Amino acid sequence: MTRPPHLTACHECDLLLREIDLSAEKGTVACPRCDAELYRVGRNSLERSLALTCAALVLLVIATTFPIVGLNIQGHEIETTVFGAARQLWRDDMPGVAVLLLATTVLIPLIELCALGWLLLPLHLGYRPAGFSRVFRALQLAHPWAMVEVFILGVLVSLVKLSHLADVLPGPAIWCFGALMLVLSVLSSIVDYRELWQTWEATEA
Amino acid sequence: MRAITAAEQGFALCEVCGRLGKMAEHARCPRCNAPLHRRKPHSLERSWALLIAAYVLYLPANLLPIMETRSLFGVQRDTIMSGVAFLWNSGSWMLALIVFVASVAVPLLKLLSLTALLLAVQRRSQGEPLQHARLYRLLELVGRWSMLDVYVVAILVALVQAQSLATMAPGPGVLAFGAVVVLSMLATMAFDPRLLWDIKTNSKSEKERRERERTAPV
Repeated sequence: MTRPPHLTACHECDLLLREIDLSAEKGTVACPRCDAELYRVGRNSLERSLALTCAALVLLVIATTFPIVGLNIQGHEIETTVFGAARQLWRDDMPGVAVLLLATTVLIPLIELCALGWLLLPLHLGYRPAGFSRVFRALQLAHPWAMVEVFILGVLVSLVKLSHLADVLPGPAIWCFGALMLVLSVLSSIVDYRELWQTWEATEA
Repeated sequence: MRAITAAEQGFALCEVCGRLGKMAEHARCPRCNAPLHRRKPHSLERSWALLIAAYVLYLPANLLPIMETRSLFGVQRDTIMSGVAFLWNSGSWMLALIVFVASVAVPLLKLLSLTALLLAVQRRSQGEPLQHARLYRLLELVGRWSMLDVYVVAILVALVQAQSLATMAPGPGVLAFGAVVVLSMLATMAFDPRLLWDIKTNSKSEKERRERERTAPV
C-alpha cells in the first residue's frame, strides 16, 4: 500500500485531507484552509464532456476556414481568415507573432480538443485509451494557452477601430468563434479530471 | 488545531493525475508514473528568471510602436497607449477602458503582484497567506487577457492592405508585448502557491522545536 486510503491533499496549500464520499450530492468541494477548488462531485460528466468536445471540434474547423471579418473600401472587398492574418504577419517580418496567433487560437485549442476526445471516447466505449498519462499531460499543458475568448474580444476591438475607416462586414467565422468560446467555457467547467482518472482506473486494461 | 500538510507526513500530490503518493527519493506516481515532487522543483528561481525577463521586455512593449499606418498623409506610429487614446477620443470609451485594463493595467499589476508574492516567500513574511493565495488565483485568471492587443494588431494588419488608401504594418512593440504576456504567464505557472503556506507551517514547527529544546531535560 503506497498511501492510506481516502487521503488527499490540496493542490494549492498542501493541506492533508480526508476524502469524503459525496457521490449523492452535486457541487464542488473546496479546501477548508485556502478555499481552492479541490474536486467536483456527482457530475457524471464524461458523456457530456465528450459531446461538447465533438461540437467544439466542428466549430473550430468552421471558425478557422471561413473569413472572420471583411472590409468594404470603395467597392473593394477584403476578407481575412485566421490563417490569412497569420500569413500577413509572417510576411511583415513578424514570424514570432504569427506563430503566437496561430498557436493560441487554432493549434492549441485543436490539441486540447483532440486530446480530450482521445481520452474520453475509448473510456466511453469501455476500454483504456493508449498513452493515457502522456495524452493527459499534453491536455494539461495545452489548456492555459488556448485563448479563443480573448481573440473574440480582439476581433470586436478591431471592428470598432476599422468602422471609422470603411464598412465592416462580420464574417461567418466570428459567429463560430463566439459559439466555440461558449462551448469551451462550458466544457472546461464540467470536465472532471478526477473522474477521468477514476474511470481509467476502473476500466480494464 | 494545527494544519497538517502532505509534505510533513511524507506524501506528495501527483502533478499529473492528482493522486496522493508516498514521497521518497526519485519517487514516481503509482497511478500514472509521473515523477513526484513535494513542491515544484526550483520554483522560485524559475519564476524570478521569467519575471525579470518580462520586466525587461515591458519597457519596449509599451514604448515601441505596435503598429505603423502608412497613408497619403505620411506614417503614423501607434503605441499601446495611443491606441487607447484613439478609442477614447473616438467615443468608444467602454472599449478604451477594456483595452487599457487588458493591455496596460493588468500586465503591470501582474508583474508587481508576482514580485510581491515571490518576496513574501523569500522574506518569510508573516502576512495572511489566504490573501496571497487569492491574489495568485486572480493572476492565473487574468493573465491571458493581455493578449488582446496582439490580436487587434493581427486583424488590422491583415485587413488594411495595398488595395486601400492606407497600409498597416505591425511594429516591433507587438513582439515585445506578446513576449511579456507569455513570459509572465510562464512565471505565474512556475510559482508554487504551496510555498506561501509553507512559511506558516515551517515557522510554527520551528517554534515548537525550539520550545521542546528549551523544556527538554539536559
